[in-house]
Amino acid sequence: MDWYSVELIDVVKIFGHRDTDRDPIVAVDGISLRLIQGELLTLLGPSGCGKTTTLRMVGGFETPTAGRILLDGKVINDVPPHRRDTAMVFQSYALFPHLTVFENVAYGLRMRKMDIGSITAKARHALSLVGLEGMEERQPGSLSGGQQQRVALARALVVEPKVLLLDEPLSNLDARLRAQMRIEIRKIQQALNMTSMYVTHDQEEAMSLSDRIAVMNHGRIEQIGTPQDVYARPANRFVADFMGKKTTFLDGTVMTLDGNLMHVKVMDAVLPFERVSDVTTGDEVELVVRSEAVDIVPPGKGTFPGRIIHAAYFGSQVSYEVDLLGTSITAEIPNPQERDMFMRGSEVGIELKTRSIHVLPKVIDGQVAE
Amino acid sequence: MVRFLARFEAELKRPLRRRQGSTVMQEPLVMLVIVAIAISLLLFVIYPLYSVLKTSLMQSDGSIGLGVYRGLLAKSYNRRPLANSVRLGAIVAVVGTVIGFIFAYCTTRVSLPFSGFFKVVAMFPMISPPFIMSLATIMLFGNNGLITKQLLRGMVNFRIYGLRGLALVETLAYFPTAYLVLSGVLQAIDPSIEDAARDLGASWWQVFRTVTLPLAIPGIASALLLIFIESLADFGNPIVLSGDYQVLAVQAYLRITGLYDLSGGAALAVILLVPSLIAFFVQKYWVSRKSYVTVTGKPSGQRVGRNEPWVRTAAFVICLILTGVILLFYGTAFVGSFMTLWGVNYDFTLANYHHVFQVAGEYIKDTLFLSTVATPITGILAMIIAFIVVRKEFFGRQALELTSMLSFAVPGTVVGIGYILAFNQPPILLTGTAAIIIILFVFRNMPTGIQSGIAALQQIDPSIEEASCDLGADSGTTFRKITLPLIAPAFFSGLVFSFVRCVTAISAIVFVVSGRWKLITVAVLGSVENSDLAQAAAFCVVIIAMVLSAIGIINLLVYQPWKRGPHRAPKESVISGGTEPWIGTA
Ligand SMILES: Nc1ncnc2c1ncn2[C@@H]1O[C@H](COP(=O)(O)OP(=O)(O)O)[C@@H](O)[C@H]1O
Ligand SMILES: [Mg+2]
Repeated sequence: MDWYSVELIDVVKIFGHRDTDRDPIVAVDGISLRLIQGELLTLLGPSGCGKTTTLRMVGGFETPTAGRILLDGKVINDVPPHRRDTAMVFQSYALFPHLTVFENVAYGLRMRKMDIGSITAKARHALSLVGLEGMEERQPGSLSGGQQQRVALARALVVEPKVLLLDEPLSNLDARLRAQMRIEIRKIQQALNMTSMYVTHDQEEAMSLSDRIAVMNHGRIEQIGTPQDVYARPANRFVADFMGKKTTFLDGTVMTLDGNLMHVKVMDAVLPFERVSDVTTGDEVELVVRSEAVDIVPPGKGTFPGRIIHAAYFGSQVSYEVDLLGTSITAEIPNPQERDMFMRGSEVGIELKTRSIHVLPKVIDGQVAE
Repeated sequence: MVRFLARFEAELKRPLRRRQGSTVMQEPLVMLVIVAIAISLLLFVIYPLYSVLKTSLMQSDGSIGLGVYRGLLAKSYNRRPLANSVRLGAIVAVVGTVIGFIFAYCTTRVSLPFSGFFKVVAMFPMISPPFIMSLATIMLFGNNGLITKQLLRGMVNFRIYGLRGLALVETLAYFPTAYLVLSGVLQAIDPSIEDAARDLGASWWQVFRTVTLPLAIPGIASALLLIFIESLADFGNPIVLSGDYQVLAVQAYLRITGLYDLSGGAALAVILLVPSLIAFFVQKYWVSRKSYVTVTGKPSGQRVGRNEPWVRTAAFVICLILTGVILLFYGTAFVGSFMTLWGVNYDFTLANYHHVFQVAGEYIKDTLFLSTVATPITGILAMIIAFIVVRKEFFGRQALELTSMLSFAVPGTVVGIGYILAFNQPPILLTGTAAIIIILFVFRNMPTGIQSGIAALQQIDPSIEEASCDLGADSGTTFRKITLPLIAPAFFSGLVFSFVRCVTAISAIVFVVSGRWKLITVAVLGSVENSDLAQAAAFCVVIIAMVLSAIGIINLLVYQPWKRGPHRAPKESVISGGTEPWIGTA
């Protein structure tokens, strides 16, 4: 096959430019994406960044203002939703409240005019896939949130779409169920080798179930890559800041380049980091310091001196807010039972785990600093 | 109507995907339906109004100008009906809203015994023919009235004809509008807000004054305006009871049917239209945007009845008095229909009913036929329009919605005059046919159906329909298999409403009836004009019986008690399923 399952080429969506009463809103601002067969790609980004709009354009519920959307190599811009080989799992589930669970799942098959025998077989199979055997005759209103979610998933899977679209499918579930369902969704998706686009604003969810993640902001894709790429090697400050629980940026200057390494002066220390392209000696850079890249050691040791501003104990970890020469930095120490613990106000040493720290060229007002 | 108010606010706050993004261009069927609807609205809503306006500008010498208006307004006795109508409307609006509010408060905020009974009685005036209150009033307070003549023996010189009588009758007839609007608003106010106020130390009265009343203000303003519109449009009561207190709706009718002065009648109709439209637009675009109450569709747990005993006692007495008065009026009309000659001879007789079924049997037959044809057309068309307006994006959508809602605000008299002017000559010669009556019924009764359809649709998450499309159903299939079943309660209550309106309509229909097609309300009007009150009362009782059987039959069809399965979607009775449509001008 020389084409992609799904391909978006320079897709733009502007809302309201035909309605004269509202200012136009650029919801999607030139997005290009390619999904190969069986891949799960997640659109991740803050609320309002255009994830849902992008997904709805693939599903056919919004028409792109510009650009092309291809399914299996064919442009589908003008194909109405009911003729597209896509199936969507809606955030609100959108179950038909007047139909039984079975009828909900069978709906898409009926629309495809299948014979009643295969409808029954396929619908039952889909329901067993999501673990809902025996619930066929229930009304959606009588199901729990998790069960409704499964019905919605079965209803989309049963029509064997070329691409499965999921718009924050887990956001209405409680935390525990959410963690369980995302594993299940991923297993089913991999078992069926179903090309999927998944929308979420939850980075943990995105990282745990995606083949690749597209991080979006203001209708654009900031970075696209594997979960490791976007987390450990963020392309820019936005991605670096958005990923991870708490990120601190420390300024530095490149001192020397040395094979795979480069030495960067941070405050009054010079530390070795993995070398990145686009930087040369003398450049201003920013260190992306995640909380797990910071270690707290007894005073006198470590690279920098610091003082604990706040300490919070979580059992499996302890989280410190530390003052590092006037900059507040967060440290997360796993399994504190094995370590010294520090109180608020304690003087401590701070060590940076340089292998976990990514270096970005410093950007000032959109320009890379000289 | 209450959801109708909340809708605008919801729209302002959440402009996001109310409709399917698929443009109409991709769906030729939808396109076709929209064009067909637009043409019929132009033809049967706009064109008649245009004809009225045009005729009113036709001067006696054939030229176009304001001559007719100048001539009319030059004479002070011609100016009086406008002032009279507005004054009557204002009085009825204020008194009706006060009563409606008190009644709504009593039934939603105080736990009372028999509150279900009170609510049902308060709805009576909405399902009865327009004359019945006036008839009962004359029977009780007229020159030969039971109270004025028999009880008081003429000791007080009391004239019921005129402003006093009209205000009484219309207040009783239209307070239910305020009751419905305001009980909706009061129910939508989260009781925990009031609890919070009590918790902070406010007495019942302080809670009422500082929390409940302020939150209800937009609803109160709506109720005032809606009753004002209804009173302006009222034709049935004034023609019986106005005496020499002339009102516009009746004067326009008399000018056309009595004086054959088409231009003059049309001009009076335009003058009547102006205050109605002003009130309508103020309500629609201003008052409804001020609403604090957002209807979430999830009424927060109705908790009522933690009031002081004196509040409950007072509320109970008020409800008792109000329902007592309503029942007195209906009882009088009912009893009167069995009397030989009210006021003179109180002997029991069945002669009036004999007349209804023998002589006027045709009236009943025609009425039933025309209403039965018009009702399903109205219901289905209303749901289609509601669906298109809510879910589809197309050029002129707002104009289409506004036009389809317009006849809500246009007094029946104006519509009736418009129809005789517009359709009495080729190319569209409809005068004297059943079609003109059916069309009039459909386009008069549709707006309320559309409104309740819109309200119902907005309760449905658009992604439910999108899911259907996504799974391969086209627009038509989605509408039939998903949308229609979900809006069925609104649809059926729309059916009941439009049937009721068909068999009780008079103000517009009186212009288009003919020798060939006879309507029962017109027969009542004839009896009233012959001063045969008992006969008129018998007609009214028969009309009410027809209305009640229709409600019964449709309820039966919806519930289908003989069929027991999981798919009996509507869980509410057809009346409680959508109270909004029960508001409108006669
Ligand atoms: N139907 C619409 N009309 C107007 N603006 C819209 C519509 N749908 C979305 N938007 C706007 O487009 C932007 C992106 O929305 P959306 O795709 O829903 O974001 P996300 O799913 O990432 O939270 C937002 O600013 C939103 O307000
Ligand atoms: Mg979204």
